[in-house]
Amino acid sequence: MGLNLIVLVKQVPDTQNISGNAMKEDGTVNRAALPAIFNPEDLHALEAAFTIRDSVPGSKVHVLTMGPPSAVQVLKDSLYRGADFVALISDRRFAAADTLATSYALKCAIEKLGNYDIVLCGTQAIDGDTAQVGPQTAEKLGINQISCVSQIVELDPEKRSITARRSIEGGYEKVKTGLPVLLTVNGEGFPPRPPSAIRMMTYKNATTEMSSADYDETYLTSGAELKSENTIALWDINAINADPESCGLSGSPTKVRNIDMVVLKSEGIRMIENTEEAIGDMVHELVADHTLG
Amino acid sequence: MTTKNSVMVFIQQDDGKVAEVSIELIGKARELAKQLNVQVTAVLVGNRVQKIAEELMPYGVNRLFTVEHKGLAYYTPVPYTKVVTQIIKKHAPQIVLYGATTTGRDIAPRIASALRVGLTADCTDLQIGDYTSRGQTFQNVLYQIRPAFGGNIIATIVSPERKPQMATVREGVMKMDQPDASFKGEIVQESVELSPEDFPSEIIERVQQEKSVNLKGAQVIVAGGIGVGSRENFELVHQLAHAIGGTVGASRAAVDAGLVSKDHQVGQTGTTVRPRLYIACGISGSVQHRAGMDESARIIAINTDPEAPIFQIANFGIVGDLKEVIPRFIKAFRAKA
Repeated sequence: MGLNLIVLVKQVPDTQNISGNAMKEDGTVNRAALPAIFNPEDLHALEAAFTIRDSVPGSKVHVLTMGPPSAVQVLKDSLYRGADFVALISDRRFAAADTLATSYALKCAIEKLGNYDIVLCGTQAIDGDTAQVGPQTAEKLGINQISCVSQIVELDPEKRSITARRSIEGGYEKVKTGLPVLLTVNGEGFPPRPPSAIRMMTYKNATTEMSSADYDETYLTSGAELKSENTIALWDINAINADPESCGLSGSPTKVRNIDMVVLKSEGIRMIENTEEAIGDMVHELVADHTLG
Repeated sequence: MTTKNSVMVFIQQDDGKVAEVSIELIGKARELAKQLNVQVTAVLVGNRVQKIAEELMPYGVNRLFTVEHKGLAYYTPVPYTKVVTQIIKKHAPQIVLYGATTTGRDIAPRIASALRVGLTADCTDLQIGDYTSRGQTFQNVLYQIRPAFGGNIIATIVSPERKPQMATVREGVMKMDQPDASFKGEIVQESVELSPEDFPSEIIERVQQEKSVNLKGAQVIVAGGIGVGSRENFELVHQLAHAIGGTVGASRAAVDAGLVSKDHQVGQTGTTVRPRLYIACGISGSVQHRAGMDESARIIAINTDPEAPIFQIANFGIVGDLKEVIPRFIKAFRAKA
């Protein structure tokens, strides 16, 4: 008896490898210089799902992402790496969603898939760094959560229990709980497997198809297989039975009041020659004004 | 004065020890409460917490709500969410603050979801001000200020229409107040009904070491980046820190490369520091790193690359090899000090 695994992933601008040219002179972000990537911790969550599938035969890995049509790239990447089913949740009415509205939409999409055992996602995304969507989705589903997971210590599909190791400040906890559960996975464990060349050939031309009718509402419980390998499901607000009032801007209690660019201002740097004398003078000055010593 | 509309702090305790960030937040809550002319409340959940409750009062809590249960000795999400959500519903604070720790970042979103209110993660500043949108003005709104987009922007977030307004606040950015023994507050024991189903998590093992590195309180930090090159060269960073009485810091890249342990990490995903002197050795100065150290009073940057962004915020810059610069620095310090 396999497990139904759902992985929530996100396409994000690559904020981690910002080099000099990604910032314009006025301090604004040069978005064109930031490629869109698979959120790094989500790749670890996907790998965790594959690891579970490897150990519990018959398990299936379903990947969901919410985003604009271009986010389909992370779903293709998921297929290349071994996902069994992928769906893009996309609708203009989801735009400007904060974490609360996002988790509501994800909850609706997860419930559309039906019977699930473990929901996985990265602990946080590198664009917002909030780490809120995982716990909020768990609460909306009415299930338990284990956050910052770096390792699955034990998984018993018969007894429907799981023990995971989660990172805490200066150490770790091993937490045991029953299924279903939501795990947020950090970057410490589950190094992602690379995409498979054969799967890339199979799925590179996969297209999204606006079809909720292709899939039974309780697709997972009915055990139906994907009809076409070259299809990525595209779900809009109606397909996941979401209340428009709880989605997008209207479902978001937080508003951005204003954005300030971080402009680096040097109060005037003094360059010190790399000589004994110059360094000695600097140290002397720092000792004299009590910065040092 | 009623406790309704108060500024509330979620007190994090682990094994009977209060997290420092919770005390920092009481100080910030006092400041906000004074501006709003309301009280400071706090909620403390655990098992046998009376003693720590009493220790907290001198920091300026008007009313501290405690909930005790043997199943609440350690944090787990489901029962803690239930308890704190009920306390919030009962006492209707206008603001609730949490430390942006693994616990705070686990519970706060769950509570926000249960209450369907806004939550801003990892704030570095909080202020009170007005907010106008579509011709409607909301007064005395909480400005939740945080870096976003990898630290490249600072965003001010508001959630004016739903109460409470909630935020997690990064450790170390709010200054801790001195306790005042004469401060009079009240401890109120609350009870929340909990059944066995409210405890789905079982903690099998818990290992936590005191931080071996105290970067937060350090006055002098010598930090190494990926440019240091090797563990061997990183020894120079340790030597300089030792010589001048500093603490060793590191960039994320240096930690990821295994040059030094994660306890030493400074930056957006590490510790935020504000020492008297920060010496950046072989650190290029990514935005994420600068976000954690740019409030240092003085910054010395040592790098072989004269174009490294770290020089943009440094007070002193030395272009050169650490293997030359550090021994010269140590020699000079020993001679002058």
